[in-house]
Amino acid sequence: MTTRAINLRIGAFLVIVLSAVALLSLVWTPYDHTMLSVTEKFRPTSAAHWLGTDQLGRDVLSLLMAASVNSLAVAFIAVGVGGAIGTALGLTASACGGWVETAIMRLADLGFAFPALLFAIMLAAAFGPSLSNAILAIAFINVPIFARVARGAANQIWTRDYVLAGRAAGASQFSLTVEHVLPNISAALIVQATIEFAVAILAEAALSYLGLGAQPPMPSWGRMLNEAQTLMYLAPQLAIYPGLCIIAAVLGFGLLGDGLRDVSDPRLARGRA
Amino acid sequence: MIEVQDLSVRFGEAEALRRISLTLTPGERLGLVGESGSGKSMLGLALMGMLPEQAAMSGRLTIDAHDLSGAADREWREMRARKVAMIFQEPMMALNPLRRVGDTVMEPLRLHLGLSKSDARRRALELFEETGIQDPEEKLRQYPHELSGGQRQRVLIALALACDPGILIADEPTTALDAHVALRITDLLTRLARDRGMMLVFISHDLAAVARTAETVAVMYGGEIVEMGPVGQVLSDPKHPYTKGLLHARPTITGGELRKRLPMIPGNVPALADLPPGCRFSGRCAVELPHCAGTRPAIHAVGGSRSCACHRVPEVMDGAME
Repeated sequence: MTTRAINLRIGAFLVIVLSAVALLSLVWTPYDHTMLSVTEKFRPTSAAHWLGTDQLGRDVLSLLMAASVNSLAVAFIAVGVGGAIGTALGLTASACGGWVETAIMRLADLGFAFPALLFAIMLAAAFGPSLSNAILAIAFINVPIFARVARGAANQIWTRDYVLAGRAAGASQFSLTVEHVLPNISAALIVQATIEFAVAILAEAALSYLGLGAQPPMPSWGRMLNEAQTLMYLAPQLAIYPGLCIIAAVLGFGLLGDGLRDVSDPRLARGRA
Repeated sequence: MIEVQDLSVRFGEAEALRRISLTLTPGERLGLVGESGSGKSMLGLALMGMLPEQAAMSGRLTIDAHDLSGAADREWREMRARKVAMIFQEPMMALNPLRRVGDTVMEPLRLHLGLSKSDARRRALELFEETGIQDPEEKLRQYPHELSGGQRQRVLIALALACDPGILIADEPTTALDAHVALRITDLLTRLARDRGMMLVFISHDLAAVARTAETVAVMYGGEIVEMGPVGQVLSDPKHPYTKGLLHARPTITGGELRKRLPMIPGNVPALADLPPGCRFSGRCAVELPHCAGTRPAIHAVGGSRSCACHRVPEVMDGAME
């Protein structure tokens, strides 16, 4: 089996398990993750609590499951919104060319130069820390990334003969973009989106860890890490479990994106095999 | 009706087309021949208003009494759909791999003629039948990779004919096809042009294909039309030294035996920027005079509807160079 197949398989497996757990948690978790218990604090692994309980007596497995929804939803919305805006900008740049292209791409450079964390802190300072501000900040960093990817891939498609043939048949720049360019760059965009998913999950965890993301009682892997930090000597497992979840999610989407890229670009794959 | 008057296309200092003048009457079939880099494709693109952005065009271009010399893209887009259409060299490349070919052909029908989906489908089916596509119903639903090269070129012809254009520009439509299929495509183009009363601009370096397809031929070299006239006369009795050289370099069977070595025109086509300022062919010409490289030859009328841009045309006419 080639490396790319392994990448793809491990990545796909992790992503599927994660998504399945997240979906399951919408209808069922072992316990209510908001249920506190004074008597059941810091329980180790047991038949009743598979991953034990935390400092407030909440079931850790239930918390982790509920938090996975949060992570995936944030990544999905942020990458979706940022990716859509970025792709639209990149396609516009590519279709118009000239000063429009230059202006959009220089703006994208500006976006790249602007630290995402700083933007998140600014948003938190202006509007108060919340998950929606975290989503906004993550979406923001995705815009220039997708603008670049879309513009680069689209510029290649514009040189193809079928675009020329479409133009010879009287199609406008807009319909050429929608009919020919966008479908033919979708592979590159999907690969990028998968990789950015991993980045977004990490970013959400980081922002929540810093208190700029999910607010209590909303469960979040990042905030669980933050809360476990002061208890590291007492109950290290409370930090390890959410850490492992973050690793699994980031690794899963990262490997899946890598594997998809290899599959979608046979030249690259042959070089590696 | 196409009228081109003193059309020039420049890329900075380099002149890709120089002083092109030609007239095409409805139903006329024109062959454009020349080597790679002679400007024949550039002329095709100029007639479509599809020159690269960096190109600067001067001169007059009129299609059906529309003056398109400085037309905006919007104006051209209207022309492209209904008046002029084009097919390309590589049928493998000219179809979007992710779209069913039926959808590709239906698009201009819906966009420009405003047909409903079912009407567009019916029309696309007719076009497929007209262009000789087998099992047209089934082919409508297929993707480009499921079709052969010849079938794809037929699909592209159907696409070009969708809005019933008066002019079809075919840019080396048979170069990527094997000889047998190529022959059928050129015959199809000739038939379609004749049946529809459509002007055909057939761009090719294949003299035999041009002889078969066109009525008029324009021989291009270095961005200029060096000789033009009825295809039979030009090919059987060339006047310009370049046309003579081109015809001489064809493989012919004499006495039942293929000549071992083909005569060639000495030298290569110079890069656009290195072309001599006078006669573009000077430097490679067998009958060159000292002033040829510096002075532009006038376009001489050489009997009937023929013309030839050569300083030595009067002598050529006398047969002094044979």
